Amino acid sequence: MSMDMDRKRARDGWLLSAPALVLLILAASGPLLIVVIYAFLTPGEYSGIVWDFSLKAWFQVLFERDIFDQTVSFADAHLTIFWRSVRLSLVTTLLTFVFGFPTAWFIATRPPNQRAMWLFLITIPFWTNLLIRTFAIMEVIRLDGILNNALMGIGLLSEPLRIMYTDTAVLIGMTYVYLPLMVLPLFAAIDRLDFRLVEAGYDLYATRWQVLRRIILPIIKPGIIAGSILVFVPSLGAYVTPRLLGGGKKMMIGNFIELQFGAGRNWPLGSALSLILLLIVGIALIFYVRASTRSDANG
Amino acid sequence: MKRLLFTTTAAALVAGAAHAEGELNIFNWGNYTSPELIAKFEEMYDVKVTITDYDSNTTALTKIEAGGHGFDIVVPTHSYVPIYIEKGLLMETRPDQMENFANMDPNWVDVDWDPGRHYTVPWQWGSTGIAVNTTAYSGDINTSAIFLDPPAELQGQINVVPEMSDIMAMAVYYVGGTDGCTADMDILRAARDVLVAAKPSWLSMDYGTTDKLSSGEWVASVNWNGSTFRARLANPDVQYGYPVEGYPLWMDSVGVLADATNVENAKLFQNFIMDPENAAMISAFARYSNGIAGSDAFMPADMQTAPEINPPAELAAAGRFSPACPKEVQDIHTAIWTELQK
Repeated sequence: MSMDMDRKRARDGWLLSAPALVLLILAASGPLLIVVIYAFLTPGEYSGIVWDFSLKAWFQVLFERDIFDQTVSFADAHLTIFWRSVRLSLVTTLLTFVFGFPTAWFIATRPPNQRAMWLFLITIPFWTNLLIRTFAIMEVIRLDGILNNALMGIGLLSEPLRIMYTDTAVLIGMTYVYLPLMVLPLFAAIDRLDFRLVEAGYDLYATRWQVLRRIILPIIKPGIIAGSILVFVPSLGAYVTPRLLGGGKKMMIGNFIELQFGAGRNWPLGSALSLILLLIVGIALIFYVRASTRSDANG
Repeated sequence: MKRLLFTTTAAALVAGAAHAEGELNIFNWGNYTSPELIAKFEEMYDVKVTITDYDSNTTALTKIEAGGHGFDIVVPTHSYVPIYIEKGLLMETRPDQMENFANMDPNWVDVDWDPGRHYTVPWQWGSTGIAVNTTAYSGDINTSAIFLDPPAELQGQINVVPEMSDIMAMAVYYVGGTDGCTADMDILRAARDVLVAAKPSWLSMDYGTTDKLSSGEWVASVNWNGSTFRARLANPDVQYGYPVEGYPLWMDSVGVLADATNVENAKLFQNFIMDPENAAMISAFARYSNGIAGSDAFMPADMQTAPEINPPAELAAAGRFSPACPKEVQDIHTAIWTELQK
C-alpha cells in the first residue's frame, strides 16, 4: 500500500515537472548544443558558418597570430577583456553587499506587517525594462544631468563631474540593476536569524563588531553566498549597461562575443567564447555548492 | 527583436484577412521609412504594407538566408548587394526597364554593386564624416585628424561610432591608402598605429549621436551626414566636416527577394520610389539624399541648401564607396578592432 503511494507520488512528481523539463531541454539544452557544435566549425565568408570541422576558434580564444609578423603569442587582448569582466563583476558583487546588507537588515527588523511593503518597494524596479532604467541612469549622471545640476546648484561643484563613459558609471549602473538580487536572499537569511543569539553575545561582553563578525555573518552566510552568485553571474554577461554607460571604449565579454557574431563575422569564435563564459559561471556555481554544503555542515 | 517580428507578423496576418487586395512586406533599417510614403503607396495600389526593422546588414542577411522570413523587399547597403546577388537571394526585377527609371540620376545607373541596375533601386545615400560643435573648436573640421590626431581643444571629448568598416576605412585613407579594403600590410599597420595612438584622447565609442551632439554631451564625433543635419536643426553650433583625406560613402538599395510572395507589389514599390515626388518623401523623413533626379523640387527648402547634403565641390571627390571586405581583410580589421577596444 505505502509502496504504491510512494510510486504514485514519484510518478506524479515526474508528471508535474514534465512541462518545466521539456521547456529546459528545448529552450536551454537545444540552443546550447548548437553553440557547442558551432564552436567546432569554420566561419562563413560573410556571416554564419561552413560545415567544416575546425579547432581554429579554440586556438583563437587563447592565442593570436600577430597580424603583421605572423608570430604566435598569447592573446592578451582576450585575457584583458575577460579579466575586466571578472573584476567589474566582483566589485559589483561587493558593492551590492555593502548597500544590500544594511537594507536587508532594515527590512528584516521592521514589524512583520510592514515587511511585505518594503520588499514590494525593492521589487518595483523590475517592473521597468532594463534598457529604460539604464537610460534613466544616464539622465542622472550625464554632464548636464540631474546629479551635476543639483551639486552645482547647491555650490558643491564648480564644474560638472565627468561620470558617463567611465568604469564608475558602469559600476553605478550594475550595482543599481542587481541590488535587489542581493537584498532578497540576504533578507531571507536575516529574517530567520534568532535574535536571542545576538543578545547572548552582548551578555557575554562581545563588542558590536564581534557580534557582527562572529555571530551574524556566519549565520547568514548561505544568504550572502546566494546573493553573491545571483549578482556575479549576470554581471559577468552584462551587455547593455557597459555598452551604454561605459561608452563602448573598453569591451566586456558580452560585447566581445557580440562583435564576433556581428561585424567580426566569426561565429565559431563567438561560440567558443560563450562556452568559456559558461565555464566561468560553472566554476562559480561549483564554488557556491561547496561553500553552502560546508556551511550546512558547520551549522 | 524576435517579439517585434512576431507582433508585426501577427498584425500582418490580421490585417491581411481584412484587406484582400494585396500585401507587401518590407524589411528595412529602423526609423528609416517615411510613414507618409507608405500611406500613399497603400492608397494608390490598395496594398497593405508591413514594415519590419533590422539594425545591421549582418542581422538582415542572416535572417534572410535562414529562410521562412516572409519578406518581399530588403534594403541592404551597397556593399552587401553583391553578396545578396551572388547568393541568389535577390530577384532580377530589371528596374532599368521600369516606367520611372527615366528619373534615375545617371550617376547612379552604372554602379559597381549593380551595373545597369538589374536588381536594385536607390533608397538613400550619404557619407560618414565628422561632426564638431564649433563653440568648442573653430579650426578646420574637414579632416579625419579631428579624431585621429585631435587638436588640444577636443582631447578627451570625442566620440567615435563603433562602425568597424567605416572607422577602418577612414584610418586607411588618413594614412594614405585609397582602398578601404586594402590588403597592403604597411598601410594596415600604419592605420592600426594611428588608431591605437588616438584612442586615449577619445571619450567614448557609442551610437545615439544625434541627441548627444545636439545636447552638447559630445563636442565632436564621427557621424553620418543626415544625423548631423538633424543635430544641427536642434543646435546650430553643430557642423559637418568632409575629411579631405577621404571618407566613406554608402547607398542603401531596395531589392526584391528571390523568394518573395508578393512579387508584383514589390516591383510596383520599386517603380513607385523612382518617382521624384515619392523619393523626396523618403529624404524628407530621414534627411539623406536619394538617387532620383528632380526630387529636389519636392524636398523641404532646408534640404536644398544644407551643407550636410551638398558637399563643397573640392571635397566631393574624397568620398569613396567600398565593397564588403574579403574575409582575410575582415579578419585583420577585427583583430585591430579587438586590440583597439581591449
